[in-house]
Order: sequence, then structure tokens, then C-alpha cells
Amino acid sequence: MESLEEIKARVEASVTGAAVEIVPNDAPCQQRSLRVGREKAREVAEFLRDDPRLRLDYASNATGVDWPDTVTKQKVKVKKQINGVEQEVEETLEERKPGCLEAVYHLYSMALKQGPVILRVRTADRMQGVHLPSLTPVWRGAEFQEREIYDLYGIVFDGHPDLRRLLMWEGYRHHPMRKDFVEPDDYEYEPTPHDEVLEKAKAHYPADGGTQGGTA
Amino acid sequence: MIDEGLRNELSKQGVVVTGFQDLYNWGRKNSLWPMQFGLACCAIEMIATAMARFDLSRFGSEVFRNSPRQSDLMIVAGTVTKKMAPQVVRLYNQMSEPKYVIAMGACAISGGPFKQGYNVLKGIDRFIPVDVHIPGCPPRPEALLHALITLQEKISKETFTGPGRPRHLDPNAPSEFPIPVCGPDDLTPPSNPEVWRPPTMVRED
Ligand code: SF4
Repeated sequence: MESLEEIKARVEASVTGAAVEIVPNDAPCQQRSLRVGREKAREVAEFLRDDPRLRLDYASNATGVDWPDTVTKQKVKVKKQINGVEQEVEETLEERKPGCLEAVYHLYSMALKQGPVILRVRTADRMQGVHLPSLTPVWRGAEFQEREIYDLYGIVFDGHPDLRRLLMWEGYRHHPMRKDFVEPDDYEYEPTPHDEVLEKAKAHYPADGGTQGGTA
Repeated sequence: MIDEGLRNELSKQGVVVTGFQDLYNWGRKNSLWPMQFGLACCAIEMIATAMARFDLSRFGSEVFRNSPRQSDLMIVAGTVTKKMAPQVVRLYNQMSEPKYVIAMGACAISGGPFKQGYNVLKGIDRFIPVDVHIPGCPPRPEALLHALITLQEKISKETFTGPGRPRHLDPNAPSEFPIPVCGPDDLTPPSNPEVWRPPTMVRED
């Protein structure tokens, strides 16, 4: 199969404004991926599927990633006037990077027996701008998996034919795979709690063995 | 009630004497009709139990029904998710009395390997009364057969009156249980206190 650089070059040549970027991977597998801008994601997907040299006709897997807001702290030395004397003081600079949600697709070609090409699309943020174009019209197999991503990460796929929750019920407020998800505190009965669970269960167990502690 | 010694003497002569209660229970315990209903991997073991190798029909329970109206035994086989729990309770409510429940597998009795998850109910006994719990992940078909025999023993000991009577003969015992609602965070209520209360645990510190 073509290298990722070649694919990137050809995508950029045929889809204007695709904003393709190669994401490196430090893990031992070295499996790199393509990140594309969300506006042109649909066109890029159609190109990958229809291009005679790629023919990526099968989306074997679609999943989500939550990138929370990151705060990087940097120590810098600054010169400051303190009591009229110029001194070098250390200051911490905080840099806040807003997080986002990402959908990842693993694409294979059944026709040419090649793959995978990994496609990533990012949302604008984690709060309001969680919309991405659905790739289900391109690969039908992504339907349930996009529903799962919608359910667990909260990415709204525009153009999805049937976007309902999959594992949790309608009306459930949370997205359990998000990093800031707080799980329900239902540890009222743990026969053999240990570690983290022990800490959570303790709140429900009265120290004096009195009446039932905690509420379910 | 007939004297045990006299009954033995008579049976040696080929005369069978029994009470209506024993006859009634004998009939009931040997014709349990389970509902065809499985939720996860444990259901595969339940299916195996019904097939030729383990042969559930030896115990008079092979008539798996597709409708709760025609069944009196609910085998909760597998993982009850919080999304599924209301439906399980609703099906239980629709079953005809007398009805019994076997909770099969670690998931059905406690949440099992998913106990610390966010979407799995920590045991169906939080909402409906369970007669026999089968531990294991998954329990072998023999364990299900054993649970069935345990349930049969339980039924044969039931009396028409008094505290040991089955629920359908007790006008005060409910035959329907409130169906929980899937709320914004969890099931509401998260358990039915009429059926289940957490045992009081004492903290060691
Ligand atoms: S108890 Fe084990 S085998 Fe049974 S449903 Fe749960 S995970 Fe599957």
C-alpha cells in the first residue's frame, strides 16, 4: 500500500481544504494515522473509499477519544524590580489548551486486501461544538459504532440516519467514557471491598455498626 | 395429617395414602415452565441445559415458553443492565402466580465482573424476590439443574396456610413489583426496599 505521506499528498490534491495531518505514534507498533479537518471529513472519506488505488471500502472499527483540557506549567525566569533592586524571579506560566473529542476510524480495503488506514476527526471542543459529520453514509458499518460513540462520548454525528443512544438509555445525562465522568455512588453493599472500592464503600458503612449508613 | 408409621404400613400393602397438599405440590414442582429469556453468556449455559446432553426435561421443566403469561419460572440468566432491568421486572409482573425466580450467574446475583461498572445492575434481587441464587461465571448446566431441584424441594415444602404458604395463597403478598424508571443518573429507585436492603456492614477502624 502507499505510504501515509503519499496518501496525504493525494488527499490534499483532490480535496481542497482537507487539512490533513499525519499523527505520529510513539508506541512500539508505530502505527501512524491521518487527522483530517471536520469540514471536509466526509469528502476525504469518500475519496479514500472511491480512489482506485486505495478502495478502502470497509470501516472495521470506529471509536472515540476524549482529550481533556490540558494545563502545562512552565517555569520561567523573569527580571523584576523588587524594592528598587532588579532581581531574577522564577514564575510559573500556565498554558491552558482546550480539550476536544475525537472520532477514530480504522479503514481496510476488502477489494485490494490492504489496510488499515486510520482516520481521525476532531470536534471543536468538549462542550457545545461536539458536532462531526457522520461517515455512516460512506461506510454503512459505522452506524452502530457511531451510535456508541455518541452514547459514550457525546459526539453528535450530523447526517447519521438513526442517531440514538446504544448502551445507555435516552434521558441519561452522562457520557461514561469521558474522562471527567463520575460513576454512580452505589457501593452500599460490597462483601469484599478493597483498594479504591473500599474507600468508596466506607462512606456507606457506619463505623459504630449503628443504623444503615448512606443511601442507596 | 396421617401418621407416618401407618402410611408406611399401608404403602407396604400397595396402598398409597397422601394428602391433597402433597399431591398439589407434587404436581406443581414437576411441571415448572421456565420463560425463554436469557440476557448474556449465562443464557448459553441455560440453553445447553435444555439440550440433549444435560436434558432439563428429565426434571419436567423443558417447556420453555415464549410468553410470560404461560410461564411460572423466570431464570434470570446473565447480565442485567440498568437499561434492561425495567423490562425484567415488567416481565416478572406479567407472569402468572405461583411464580418463582432463579438468578443464574454472578451477574444476575450481584453484577458479577461488571459490578463496579456504571450500567450493570448489582443483582436482580434488588427489584424482584429471588428463590434460588446460582453462583458462578458461568455456572455449569449441572448447577442450573441443582438450582431447579433446590427450587422443587422448596415448592414441595410449601403449605396451604401459615407462613410457609406460597405467595399466591397469601392475600397480603404482592404479585407485582414496582418497575424502576431509567432516570437521568441511575435507576429510580435504585432498589426496592420492600425486596432488598443492604446488610449492615460494620467498618473496621
Ligand atoms: S456471570 Fe459470567 S457467564 Fe454469566 S452472564 Fe455474567 S459474565 Fe457472563
